[in-house]
Amino acid sequence: MSTQVPKGEEVESTTDEAASSPGKQRRDTAKADRAGQQEKQREAEERAKANEDTVQIKVFRYDPEVEAKQEPRFDEFHVPFEKGMTVLDSLMYARDHYDPSLTFRHSCRQAICGSDAFFINGSQRLGCKTQLSDLDEPVRIEPLPHQDVVKDLVVDMDHFYEQMHAVEPYFDPDELPDGELEEQRQSRANREKIKMSTRCIWCGACMSSCNIAAGDNQYLGPAAINKAYRFAMDEREGEARKQERLEIIEQEHGVWRCQTQFSCTEVCPKDIPLTEHIQELKREAVKSNLKFW
Amino acid sequence: MSQSYNRGLIEDFGRWREFSAGMWAWVFHKFTGWVLVGYLFTHIAVLSTALAGEAAYTGTIQTLEGLLVVRILEVGLLAVAVFHILNGLRLLMVDLGIGLESQDKSFYASLILTGAITVASVPTFLAGAF
Ligand code: HEM
Ligand code: SF4
Ligand code: FES
Repeated sequence: MSTQVPKGEEVESTTDEAASSPGKQRRDTAKADRAGQQEKQREAEERAKANEDTVQIKVFRYDPEVEAKQEPRFDEFHVPFEKGMTVLDSLMYARDHYDPSLTFRHSCRQAICGSDAFFINGSQRLGCKTQLSDLDEPVRIEPLPHQDVVKDLVVDMDHFYEQMHAVEPYFDPDELPDGELEEQRQSRANREKIKMSTRCIWCGACMSSCNIAAGDNQYLGPAAINKAYRFAMDEREGEARKQERLEIIEQEHGVWRCQTQFSCTEVCPKDIPLTEHIQELKREAVKSNLKFW
Repeated sequence: MSQSYNRGLIEDFGRWREFSAGMWAWVFHKFTGWVLVGYLFTHIAVLSTALAGEAAYTGTIQTLEGLLVVRILEVGLLAVAVFHILNGLRLLMVDLGIGLESQDKSFYASLILTGAITVASVPTFLAGAF
């Protein structure tokens, strides 16, 4: 099975054999510590085996191409539990051992590709970043809400991507530096300001969690607004471009739809302060429109 | 893609157990806001009995205040107003970008303060009602 986590014992090696060095005592204590830890880990593993060696998952199933599967249903799987196992691991196990037709997107398994956002026990989470041990059983795994289901856990992401592209998510400065090879440097402070906003992995969890986006299909949504923030706040782009960006941001279905429910901020796997960014763009929009002087 | 399945509103009110602090704050704020609008009309209706003369107005007020339901509704109105004001201040902070990382705590604080103020108001509102 490709999904297994390495066992603790493998970490321990036999390097302490040549024993007559001055640091031997220190190493010995360290070794004893490690042995103690190992013992504990082994005990934990044994306890896990005895008590709850399987995890029950309930997975949403739907397949438009097979007549018997056109009516959505939930399938239950009992997956052997391994320490450190994630929801994605359990899905892969179920697919590899029980039902090869079980369909879901995944790639990096380390919370960076953004392809495995699911609705797990009632909230949007990345399968690969969610430990089974943190969840109540049975673990209920559904496709992201408010997006059409293509098959099983796979949803149609087109609309999400359209909204992302609508904010023109690319660096586009007013002026280029003179020399062709000259770098366009950003101040450390400015980089720090946009740092969190650059971390989006386009998983769509935030958009799926948003009540407003569910009711207003044209709403840009938290991810796209955060993307807009990343460029509007980048000082290197210049005032003219920022003005254009603010016009996109403050359109009818832009930032003003946000009702500060904090759902997106709550679910974002990259801990991006989405609501904070949306609120800051609201203030930017007001500032650029209200001029009393 | 030949066909896809629209699951509709999955996260409807049936999932209220899974709502987080910010969501509850929003739900309560909208609710209390509209209750206050409703009260405004009632309030105007009651006040306008004064158009028919002093006696009519005094009569209306005395009858209303004599009813136990009205006394209890007044406690409810205070609770609704206090929550709306406290959470309104929280939302103003959110709009100004102040302390967004503790927005859940400020919501709980609004709730607790509302509870305390409401309880403290009970003797005043219900005095002589029984
Ligand atoms: C000191 C008193 C008050 C404060 C601080 C306050 C504050 C606020 C704030 C900040 C909002 C915006 C919520 C959002 O961002 O979504 C709001 C919404 C609202 N308020 Fe108040 N408010 C007060 C009094 C009242 C009163 C007296 C009424 C009724 C007559 C009222 C009715 C409403 C309603 C209906 C909404 C919802 C509007 C919507 O649907 O967006 N508020 N309040
Ligand atoms: S902002 Fe967060 S939740 Fe939204 S798409 Fe990006 S990484 Fe996912
Ligand atoms: S598999 Fe890449 S984010 Fe989870």
